[in-house]
Amino acid sequence: MTDVSLRTHAAFSSPVGERIRTRAALTVLALVFLALVLILPLAAVFTEALRKGAEPFFAALVEPDALEAVKLTLIVAAIAVPANLLFGLVASWAIAKFEFRGKSFLVTLIDLPFSVSPVISGLVYILLFGAQGFFGQWLAAHGIQIVFAVPGIVLATIFVTFPFVARQLIPLMEAQGTVDEEAALSLGATGFQTFRKVTLPNIKWALLYGVLLSNARAMGEFGAVSVVSGHIRGKTNTMPLHVEILYNEYNFVAAFAVASLLAFLALVTLVLKSALEWRYGGELAASGRH
Amino acid sequence: MTFSDLTRRSALLLAALTLLLAMTFEVRAETKLLNVSYDPTRELYKEFNAAFAEHWKAETGETVSIEQSHGGSGKQARAVIDGLEADVVTLALEADIDAIAEASGKLPADWRSKLPHSSAPYTSTIVFLVRKGNPKGLSDWGDLVKDSVEVITPNPKTSGGARWNFLAAWGWALKKYDGDEAKASAFVSDLYRHVPVLDTGARGSTTTFVQRGIGDVLLAWENEAFLALAELGPDKFEIVVPSISIKAEPPVAVVAGNTERRGTTKVATAYLKYLYTEVGQKLAAKHFYRPANPELVEAENLKRFPKLDLVTIDDFGGWKKAQPEFFGDGGIFDQIYKPK
Repeated sequence: MTDVSLRTHAAFSSPVGERIRTRAALTVLALVFLALVLILPLAAVFTEALRKGAEPFFAALVEPDALEAVKLTLIVAAIAVPANLLFGLVASWAIAKFEFRGKSFLVTLIDLPFSVSPVISGLVYILLFGAQGFFGQWLAAHGIQIVFAVPGIVLATIFVTFPFVARQLIPLMEAQGTVDEEAALSLGATGFQTFRKVTLPNIKWALLYGVLLSNARAMGEFGAVSVVSGHIRGKTNTMPLHVEILYNEYNFVAAFAVASLLAFLALVTLVLKSALEWRYGGELAASGRH
Repeated sequence: MTFSDLTRRSALLLAALTLLLAMTFEVRAETKLLNVSYDPTRELYKEFNAAFAEHWKAETGETVSIEQSHGGSGKQARAVIDGLEADVVTLALEADIDAIAEASGKLPADWRSKLPHSSAPYTSTIVFLVRKGNPKGLSDWGDLVKDSVEVITPNPKTSGGARWNFLAAWGWALKKYDGDEAKASAFVSDLYRHVPVLDTGARGSTTTFVQRGIGDVLLAWENEAFLALAELGPDKFEIVVPSISIKAEPPVAVVAGNTERRGTTKVATAYLKYLYTEVGQKLAAKHFYRPANPELVEAENLKRFPKLDLVTIDDFGGWKKAQPEFFGDGGIFDQIYKPK
């Protein structure tokens, strides 16, 4: 009798089996760790930015070079994200719905930007489009500037944000299979109708999620962009590069002001991401990654 | 997402691509010069650019705006070689401009003869920046290899300033050991064992020392050391002048290959020549560079520069010889520097 009640009690109090004290210790450890590596640095960014009050903070943000950096960052993201949206859709459609030779190779290739260092991602474009590079002569002869100009920055950004959309979509589309599409086709829908009325609604949340992640990375990328930028003030500096320049000029308030703008963008992304997960958690879970 | 959303997205994408193309072939409305420079000249050129733009407007009525790019000298030279469209380069040392001339052919081999004072409108030297009160009691190069002393200097492979640092140390050791190269090599090798971080550029090293509080002494450009004092407080640091240092001549040059194509040769040449005028020289002195024409500058702006024994690059056979010998692949630096 006593035995039974004890066992029931234990089962209710802790389904995992750890003692209360262990759990408390683990929670505290996790929180302390989070505070140390995440919250403290984030707080430091905002404190440093506002160290001399609100006025220098906003002055740093509307300074012409800073505005140009914000503008460039937005332009780059506005090109890179849709480009990768399109590519991600096409690639995952092909991978999930069709069988062809070299498919697993393509899947591996899509992951490549995750595994190479961003510096390499930048350098490959110098090797291709730099003056001494593979296409350098031809580009120079036609007066086209790719590296050390906006196109190079866009290319490098596309490269590093390449996998985000596709990695979200492929598992989901594979899990969903082709049954719905086959039904639509057999009922007389055209290919494009099928895509827009059957496939797209099935994947829209995962798609949005991928776009969000790739946008965050596009705006925050430093390494690859730094290699191809040429660091011309007010011209080829994105926000992360501008932060470094300001910091190197002993202009700490301005550096942290621009950094806090980046951090703010990251926080907005995080809120949107959480909102998506909360609202459409089930569908996102089906995609198997987050 | 509906069909019209998708069309709108494609339209946006198309618009973005058009914009991108438009930017690639951007038409230049006003004359723009790109000055590709090294790290510690930021403050100097910020002020000098404004002064030159005003001067040029008054002289010719044309509007010119000067764009700046800063970074480690070697890295900047590499970028110009790879196609960064510099009209003028104002780098830390001759060897970097030589590299551009050699690899890209955009400069004549005798570019140094195009401007007065071997194309060096200002010079500088290498000094020590130490923490206030000089707690480790460092007064000359020999003190830098004492136990527990940490020395901050950038990587000579990527930084021009770092190469001057290296050669200044080498020059001191040669004099101390009566020209015994093996002993000089042993000293410099010992010195680099006291370096905990090798940054890529001079400014990175300054930040490491000043901002992150690492190290006991920063081997710095004299101008960079003065600037750190002015910007970050004379109450925190002080300058120590060693018995021997090196005369660093950061040269400037017009990248003719770029300016001829862009039609900016005239204004680019005028820009560099303006560095040698009273305005340019005074600004150089104000930003802690030793002006090439000190007679143009008020005496009070010169007295901050201490007199000291200076070896020159010619003592090492010029950059053409010193660069490959000391800093080339497999050169002396590669042989003696072993990261911990």
